[in-house]
Amino acid sequence: MRKTTPSQDFIRGIWKENPVLIQMLGLCPALAVTNTVKNALAMSAATFFVICCSSILISTCKRFIPNEVRISAYILVIATFVTLADMMLQAYAPVQHKELGAFIALIVVNCMILGRQEAFSAKNNVFRSLLDAIGTGIGFTIALVMMGGFREILGTGSFMEISLFGPSFEPWVIMVLPAGGFLTLGFILLFMGYIEQRKKTKLEEAEAVEASS
Amino acid sequence: MNDQTLFSIFFSAMVVNNFTLAMFLGLCPFMGVSARVETALRMGLANIFVLVLTSFAAWFLNTYVLESVPFLRIISFIIVVASLVQIVEMVVKKISPTLFRQLGIFLPLMTTNCAIFGLAIFQTNRGYGFLQGITFAVGAGLGLTLALVLMASIRESVEFSDVPGIAKGTGLVLIIAGTLSMAFMGFAGLL
Repeated sequence: MRKTTPSQDFIRGIWKENPVLIQMLGLCPALAVTNTVKNALAMSAATFFVICCSSILISTCKRFIPNEVRISAYILVIATFVTLADMMLQAYAPVQHKELGAFIALIVVNCMILGRQEAFSAKNNVFRSLLDAIGTGIGFTIALVMMGGFREILGTGSFMEISLFGPSFEPWVIMVLPAGGFLTLGFILLFMGYIEQRKKTKLEEAEAVEASS
Repeated sequence: MNDQTLFSIFFSAMVVNNFTLAMFLGLCPFMGVSARVETALRMGLANIFVLVLTSFAAWFLNTYVLESVPFLRIISFIIVVASLVQIVEMVVKKISPTLFRQLGIFLPLMTTNCAIFGLAIFQTNRGYGFLQGITFAVGAGLGLTLALVLMASIRESVEFSDVPGIAKGTGLVLIIAGTLSMAFMGFAGLL
């Protein structure tokens, strides 16, 4: 593995290796709960809490976890924090808890969290694991809020329940339905592919100009 | 206890609330092993098997163990799912080494497959009894298989067509999934 600086650990998860948009991990919550921005925020907050806490705990205890049972040990740690997050949401934000329902429990099986533990926390110290977890958590939040924003604005014509377009707006109901989740993420990916391709052609053109001169 | 009829549970889990296309559960294998119809079909069958076992185990835990400690639900379910997947892995390795190679990493990844864990959670939240749970599991498994096979057959045909460069890869798969999901919305009026 290439050596990275702490700041790189932090930045990497936010955009360049964004868990949802680039690595396609944790798609399940990203698609299921992003029909409104509020749900997306609640989901991101819970996931953020779980990934940070488990990163701290696992990078601290990595010396005591036998290699053969590490995956099960990680899953147990994550499950414990998910239970905590579930209880806290139930106590402090009962409306959101009801809206998200089973998807809070499903944070346990979010591949993104387990992936970060296995790929990073198991090999690095507490400080850098925490930075990595925060970066990944922010990246996840950005992706979720972006999708939630698109879907809520187009699907209901409002943002955070504030109406944007007035009564004459005809909502695109499809965007808040499950199909809209797939389509939104699909179009975001297509757009990113377009940018990537344009960058590549520009680079090639620049090289061609350099070669000819 | 929930008083839905078995048929409505079965049908709802299979097409109306299809796990993959309407509830976004089990998307990892949906994206990962849906390139070939045959692999997709086998993955679906392995999924049905694990789902039924999980449903039984979750029902057992709920009825006899977890009644007094509901807060341990998430932890105990994940342990059950993890051990079940391990067993299935051993069985598949013994019975069909070819399938074992084809499924590759996605077999152990079933542990973190939302569909299986989700089934246990949904079954508990809706208060299904034993028979209802099994019916729910079979319906959900068939629904997953249906979605996987549909997706795989579309992807096999798309492979030979000339798609624009930006659409190669996951973006296109997601758009196809969105279209399939719209098609499945048509079933919503049935129940």
